[in-house]
Amino acid sequence: MAAVVEVAGLRKEYALGNDRVYALRGVDLTVECGEFVAVMGPSGSGKSTFMHLIGLLDTPTEGTYRLEGQEVSNLSTDARADIRGRRLGFVFQAYNLLPRTSALENVELPMVYAGVIEAERRALALEKLALVGVPQLAAHHPNQMSGGQQQRVAIARALVNNPGLILADEPTGALDTKSSQDVMRLFARLNEEQGMTIMLVTHEPDVAAYARRIVTFRDGVITGDATNDRRAA
Amino acid sequence: MTAAATLRLALAALIRNKTRSMLTMLGIVIGVAAVLVTVAIGVGARTSVQQSINSLGSNLIVVQPGSVTMTGARTGLGGASTLTPDDGLAIAKLPGVAAVSPIASFRTQAVAGDNNWQTSVNGVAPTYTFIRSWPLAAGRFFNENDVASAAKVAVLGQTVVSQLFPSGDSPIGQTIIVKGAPFTVVGTLQALGQSGLGQDQDDTVLIPYTSAMQRLTGLTTVNVLMISAASADAIDPVTERVTALLEQRHRIVPPQTDDFQVRNLQAIAQTASQTGTIMELLLAGVAAVSLVVGGIGIMNIMLVSVTERTREIGLRMAVGARGGSILRQFLAESVVLATIGGLIGVVVGGTGTLAVAALTHWPTTIPPQWIVASVGFSAMVGIFFGYYPARQAAQLNPIEALRFE
Repeated sequence: MAAVVEVAGLRKEYALGNDRVYALRGVDLTVECGEFVAVMGPSGSGKSTFMHLIGLLDTPTEGTYRLEGQEVSNLSTDARADIRGRRLGFVFQAYNLLPRTSALENVELPMVYAGVIEAERRALALEKLALVGVPQLAAHHPNQMSGGQQQRVAIARALVNNPGLILADEPTGALDTKSSQDVMRLFARLNEEQGMTIMLVTHEPDVAAYARRIVTFRDGVITGDATNDRRAA
Repeated sequence: MTAAATLRLALAALIRNKTRSMLTMLGIVIGVAAVLVTVAIGVGARTSVQQSINSLGSNLIVVQPGSVTMTGARTGLGGASTLTPDDGLAIAKLPGVAAVSPIASFRTQAVAGDNNWQTSVNGVAPTYTFIRSWPLAAGRFFNENDVASAAKVAVLGQTVVSQLFPSGDSPIGQTIIVKGAPFTVVGTLQALGQSGLGQDQDDTVLIPYTSAMQRLTGLTTVNVLMISAASADAIDPVTERVTALLEQRHRIVPPQTDDFQVRNLQAIAQTASQTGTIMELLLAGVAAVSLVVGGIGIMNIMLVSVTERTREIGLRMAVGARGGSILRQFLAESVVLATIGGLIGVVVGGTGTLAVAALTHWPTTIPPQWIVASVGFSAMVGIFFGYYPARQAAQLNPIEALRFE
């Protein structure tokens, strides 16, 4: 079986005023199915750019990217949108739930664009809300939920199209310690019980401690790639 | 995403911002309502002008004397005295002519007992009531014998009846004095009301034209020849034949200009409908302007909405929305906004029209095609002014959109 992510020689440059910024200077990485990877590094290390490329929100200047065996580095904007919706799940620092919209409808959103019929959408959304432990919040609006609850709903939304890879960008950045632990335990459980492949960007060692593998970026290259021996629980 | 799902999404987004949606619609609502009310009044006025022109008589052709130049000064139309009753008799023999009546008219004081009233006295032929489609209320009209003998008989319009015989007694058989001559009232006309030009058509005394010319004025010419064509289709050929005949009878050869003018009501009706068309075009212009202003309002709010929902757009893109889906979503919002505004405008305009009609008693008509057109135009305004903001939304970079504060 092919690796979920296979990246080789990935480079990303862009113009900033008159300067050229070399955000990524040749990155090689393979993530196998079922892995839980934390991506760490200081600001400007290129980890965010890397995650944008993995998430197909951006295209690399150079290099190859195979997602579940398919070459995706040169796809059209629409084709990338389709893959984002069907094969990737996103979790953001700021949750990014639609305001004045129920949790259920928020979770249904990716399925709307993937063309799932309404009855099926409802059932799947409820199922995922139960999986992340907040079935009672289906009818609640984001402003009626705590940060931790909102992030759980956002995780349910990321899971709903059964993606091959979950990408989480600082998912605990806006949460207190207790909620952070809850959310990280949820990720760990999804990884163990559901076999979800997860890549997570963080700069907090406490958060990275939940992952099985820690990849470190610095100045646009990977400087560290190690198995996490002392996992948090 | 299906069209139905896109529409539902648009409606949901508009309902989420009720107040703003209502205020945005207001421009279109007022535009459409204003257009419908003005059109209703305009079309209503035009219809009533048309009706009053038709009430002047069926298939009517009018011959008036032309202008003459006297010592360098040209008189106005009717200044020449060139039409005679004999012209009328000759015209009556033309094919396509149903009836002809000369009209010799003047204003004078009519007296009956203690009452007197200045009115328009018209010397006409017995065919006059037929030409004008003007039925009698009582008594009889004068006939060919009365014309031949220049009989002193008169038929009164209702205004004259009420002024000269205020007691309510039947005027028939009574005598009225016109320019010192006694005339016996033999009949009265039904009330016609005002003409399209605001004249009281019932303020008239009809007498045989021979009586008017021989006994009262001493003139040999008449003011007008009124002709009724046999059918609507005969109006134009009869107009040409009358012109040719009178040119021959009056010995007019080019480059002399005609000393008369033949006009038919179709020309007048055409003028009226031209005026109406110009008015409708003007209204359409006002409609376009007000709806464009409404459209700019929509564009403005949609641009604000796109900026405000930048993160939402970024999120939708991240979870799989293509640029096209985002474009359609925002376009649907502006079209729904404009169309609902148009529909509300129709309701407001209809209510406003009823209110205007009730308060002023003006005739009003809203042609259904204007309703369809104004709602359709509203929807087009929605597409036109919604496209730019929607494209802005669709072209957002998802990374920047997600990062947007």
